[in-house]
Amino acid sequence: MILPGFGSEAQGKLSQAKVLIVGMGGLGCPALQYLVGAGVGTIGIMDADKISKSNLHRQLLFNENELGLLKVSVAAKKAKAQNSFVQMEEYPFAINQNNATEIIANYDLVIDATDNFSAKYLINDVCVWLKKPFVFGAVSGYEGQVAVFNSAKAGVVPIHYRHLFPVQPAVNEIATCEETGVVGVLPGIIGTMQAAEAIKLITGIGNPLCDRLLTYDFLTARWFDIEINSNEEIPAIDEHFINTTNYQIDCDMAESDVEDIDIDEIDVSQFLELKSDSNVFILDVRELHEYPTIDFSHAQIPMSTLKELMHQLPAKPICVICHQGIRSVYAAQLIKLHKQVEAYSLRGGLTAYFNKVNNEQ
Amino acid sequence: MEIQVIFFGSIIDITNTNQIMINDCIDTQSLMNELIAQFPSIGNKKYFVAVNQKMIQTNTLLKTGDTVALMPPFSGG
Repeated sequence: MILPGFGSEAQGKLSQAKVLIVGMGGLGCPALQYLVGAGVGTIGIMDADKISKSNLHRQLLFNENELGLLKVSVAAKKAKAQNSFVQMEEYPFAINQNNATEIIANYDLVIDATDNFSAKYLINDVCVWLKKPFVFGAVSGYEGQVAVFNSAKAGVVPIHYRHLFPVQPAVNEIATCEETGVVGVLPGIIGTMQAAEAIKLITGIGNPLCDRLLTYDFLTARWFDIEINSNEEIPAIDEHFINTTNYQIDCDMAESDVEDIDIDEIDVSQFLELKSDSNVFILDVRELHEYPTIDFSHAQIPMSTLKELMHQLPAKPICVICHQGIRSVYAAQLIKLHKQVEAYSLRGGLTAYFNKVNNEQ
Repeated sequence: MEIQVIFFGSIIDITNTNQIMINDCIDTQSLMNELIAQFPSIGNKKYFVAVNQKMIQTNTLLKTGDTVALMPPFSGG
């Protein structure tokens, strides 16, 4: 390579580097491919999931012949075929409080390619505790974000995710890609940016994306650059903080109360019976832009406004539906807590409903 | 005095637009009061505020032509 500034020294740094990619999904796949191509010496990949058909539009490392196989096994095999020099480490399980510190300690740099707040806050906190820089990536709808967090600079407090959002948002407060869908190329762009920033951090070339949060809008093809700064209101993050934080549920008491509420998850046959009972109120909690439209009478209050509009709900049994039956569980729990009525959630959501109804016609 | 307000992520689900113009708000606190009056659900959302592409932590004076962004957390991947 004869690119000015990118000589044998930079290549040498890459070959010595150890990078952990947490999440082998829409962000992790492209990040891995470019880091393997760049000749990063050791790459750890962590993901508990198996390849499913709904992954393929955005996880181009995988194909139809590999459905049901572990993502990390397939990804490691392809990485070795691309560049046999790279040492791959496979972690076929999800990151959690028991394994995060020990695994992250083995790496120089972490790429957060996860798709949920529990993992994102845990990665943030462990990296802060162990003083490891990490490249953050995330998507929401048509937008994606990238930033370099916790990169040390002499005399300056390194910025990390809790400076932006000190408290982890409630579980299920925000729909995931797997639920609402995403244009496959969007995580591809963000994951590729994460690899670019990792290469700059390792080689020391250029100015990494520190102290800035970059947000890309697919629809307008614009990047929105925000200068971020430290927030003094955040807690001290140390081993004790990590061990005593509950990453699985929101820290807010009202939210954790919701987690304990038992609601009835019903299948499509039970739903069809309930639907014909005029005493049961059917509530769709999908956002207004979500498809498909439904052909039976129902009310719609999007999840994003449910808490404020709770008073509009009638005092009778309520059956909640959404796309895949994830948000509806949380919505039914909220409704039962606040309205003290019977609350049901359609398991598998409208995806399951249309599968059954269409197959019987 | 006109201020441009830009929305991101899940906040667009509430506003159904990614930007609006707001008049006569002298600072970010009065601007947020006005926004929450127009879109009550924003009041329950987590977000940080940036003025002219710089994150702010405290109430900040605004002037004509300023751009205020409301940035919620993103978690998808």
